[in-house]
Amino acid sequence: MKQAIDWAAFPDARGHFGPYGGRFVAETLMGALDELQAVYEKYINDPEFVAELDADLRNFVGRPSPLYLAERLTRELGGAQIYLKREDLNHTGAHKVNNTIGQALLAKRLGKTRIIAETGAGQHGVATATVAARLGLECVVYMGAEDIQRQSPNVYRMRLLGADVVAVKSGSRTLKDALNEAMRDWVSNVDDTFYIIGTVAGPHPYPAMVRDFQSVIGREARAQHLEMTGRLPDALVACVGGGSNAIGLFHPFLADESVAMIGVEAGGEGVATGRHSAPLCAGRPGVLHGNRTYLMEDDNGQIIETHSISAGLDYPGVGPEHSWLKDLGRATYVSVTDAEALRAFHRLTRTEGIIPALETSHAVAHVLDLAPSMRSDQSLIINLSGRGDKDLNTIARLEGIEL
Amino acid sequence: MSRIAKRFAETRAHGRAALIPYVTAGDPAPGVTVALMHDLVAAGADLLELGVPFSDPMADGPVIQLACERALAHGTSLRDVIGMVRTFRERDRDTPVVLMGYLNPVERMGSEAFAEAAGAAGVDGVLLVDLPPEESADLSGLLERVGIEPIFLVAPTTSSVRLHHVAAAARGFIYYVSLKGVTGSRSLDTNELGARLGPIRALTELPLGVGFGIRDAETAARVARVADAVVVGSAIVRLVEEFPEAPEQFRAAASALVREMRTAMDAARMAEAPATV
Ligand SMILES: Cc1ncc(COP(=O)(O)O)c(C=O)c1O
Repeated sequence: MKQAIDWAAFPDARGHFGPYGGRFVAETLMGALDELQAVYEKYINDPEFVAELDADLRNFVGRPSPLYLAERLTRELGGAQIYLKREDLNHTGAHKVNNTIGQALLAKRLGKTRIIAETGAGQHGVATATVAARLGLECVVYMGAEDIQRQSPNVYRMRLLGADVVAVKSGSRTLKDALNEAMRDWVSNVDDTFYIIGTVAGPHPYPAMVRDFQSVIGREARAQHLEMTGRLPDALVACVGGGSNAIGLFHPFLADESVAMIGVEAGGEGVATGRHSAPLCAGRPGVLHGNRTYLMEDDNGQIIETHSISAGLDYPGVGPEHSWLKDLGRATYVSVTDAEALRAFHRLTRTEGIIPALETSHAVAHVLDLAPSMRSDQSLIINLSGRGDKDLNTIARLEGIEL
Repeated sequence: MSRIAKRFAETRAHGRAALIPYVTAGDPAPGVTVALMHDLVAAGADLLELGVPFSDPMADGPVIQLACERALAHGTSLRDVIGMVRTFRERDRDTPVVLMGYLNPVERMGSEAFAEAAGAAGVDGVLLVDLPPEESADLSGLLERVGIEPIFLVAPTTSSVRLHHVAAAARGFIYYVSLKGVTGSRSLDTNELGARLGPIRALTELPLGVGFGIRDAETAARVARVADAVVVGSAIVRLVEEFPEAPEQFRAAASALVREMRTAMDAARMAEAPATV
C-alpha cells in the first residue's frame, strides 16, 4: 500500500522536502548559495574530503561518541532499555561541532577568510569559534542580547577563542534575531565570508548539508545498537530547536520502518499558554529565514516571540525536513514544558551522573513518560545532544543561588 | 498599457529619470501614510514604493528595521496596507504604487486573496525581497491575472545565468540593488554603475531602477544619468527618527528631500541632454 520513499533522494535539486525547504533569500545571496551548493556537492562524496573530515571527527572531536546504557534510569522507570548517545562528550560539549568541522573544511576549500555564525545557547557559537581558531580564520558570532545574559559562560568561551561576539538588540533579542543579523552581515560581506549556520534551517543547501554532517550521530548509533543488542532500537528521541541533533540521529534510520522517531519541542510555560517554542506542535507553515517550514506566527504573518527556558530551543521555526516528516507521519513531535525539562535535568544528573544541557533535558523529560509505557525487551535511544555546564548559572539562579 | 509602463513612457519622453521614494506603511503611524504618499507625489515622485512591515526584515538595515517595528507597534497589517492604497487611489489614479516586503505575510493572507484585494485596491507592482524568480511562478501567475506586475531584484552578485531567469520573470521594471549589503548601508559607487547596467539592458527592454545606498540629491543625480529610475528609501525613512513626535514635520522634511532630489536629477539629465540627443 504505502509507497517506499527513497529518503536519500531528498531534498530535490532546488532544496525541497515535499512542500517545504527551498531558497527564499534576497537576490544578493543567491550567487553565494549556488557557490556553496556546488562546493558541498563536489566534496561531500569526495574520498579525500571525507577522509579529512573523518580524521578531524576522530582526533579533534573525539568520535565515535559512546552509546551508553543508562541502567539505573532504565531500572527506575521500569520499561524500555534506555540508551544515551553521548554527544555531550564531544569536544566543546555538544553535537554542534560535527557540523562546524564540516562547514569549516568547506570554507577552507572556498578560500574564505572570515567566518560568521548565529548562536542561541552559545554551543554553536563556541563550536564555530573553535574551528575558526584552529584554522586561523576571523570569526564573528551574532547572539541575541537576552541569550548573552543567560548563557554567559559560553560568551566568555567564545571570546577566549578569539571570536567577536556581537549582541543583537533587535526584535525579541534571541536566536531568530541573531540569524537575521548574521544574514545581513553575509549580504554585506559575501565575497570573503562563509556563514556557518548551526542547524538544519536556512536556505538550501543548509538543511541538507547540516543534516549530512550531523548524520554521523545516527550512523554510529545504529551500528552501536546493532552491535550491543543484535537488533534495531524501537524508538529514537531527540530535542528539536532547529532540529539538527534530531535529524542527525533520525536520518540514518528513516528506512527502518520499525523505528519510531519522536522530536521534542520546547513547551515553555505550556503550549496552551501561547508562551512556548513549539512550531511543529502548534504552528503552521510559512516562510522564514530562507525556507518554507512550520512557524510560530500571528494572524498577519508576523513572527511571534517564543519562550523557553533553554536558549537553544527558543526559535520560532524548525528545519524543513522535520516539517515534511511530520506531515508524512514518519516522525512525531511532542512538547515538554520548562518545568518538566528542569525535573528531567535533575533526574538524569542524580541517577546517571550525567549533567545534560537544558535543551537535551527536554528529550530526557519525554522519555520519563515514554519508557514506562514500553516493554523491557524494547529499547530506545536518547540523543544526549549536549552537557549542562553552560546552564549552571540558570539552574542555580532558579534555586536562588548566585554562582 | 499598465500604469507602470505608462509612467515610464512619460518619464522617458520627457528625458528624465523616474524618482521612486520608499516609505514603510504605518510608520510613524498608520494615519500618516496616505497623506505622506500624496505629499511625495506633489514633491516630484513618479512612482511610490510602499513597504509592508515585517517582523524579521532580513534584507533591511537598522533604519527600515526600526520603521517596521514602529509600524507593527501600531498593528499595521498587510490588509491595512492594501487599504491605504485603496484610499490613496481615491485621489490619485495615475501614480503607480509598488508594494515591497517579505513573503510570509502574503502567504498567511493567502496568495489568491492577496492578489485579488491588492488588484482591486489599485496596487501596480509587488516586490517580495525573499521571493526569487525560481520560487515565484505560482504567485506571479495570480498577480498577473489581476494586472499586478511582479518586480524582481538584480544584484552585483547575480550571475549571467540567473540574469536570464530574472529578466524572463520580471515585469514592470527591474530593480538593481546597487551594492552588496542591506538597505541603507554605505553609499554606492556610481562610477561602476553604468558598466553594471549594460549586461542587464542587453537582456531586457524593461526600465532599470537603482536603489540601496542612495542617500542624497547628489548621488541621486549621478544615478539618474545612467538609470531609468532612482529608488530612495532609508534616507527618507531616517527622517522619522528626527521628528519622533511630529509627523507633520516629518512629512515636510520628506517632501523637501524628494524635491531636492527631483531638482538635482532633472538638472543632471538636462546637462547630459545635448550630448545624447
Ligand atoms: C545541547 C543542544 N541541544 C540541542 C540544541 C538545539 O539545536 P538543534 O535542534 O539544531 O539540535 C542546541 C542548540 O543550541 C544545543 O546546544
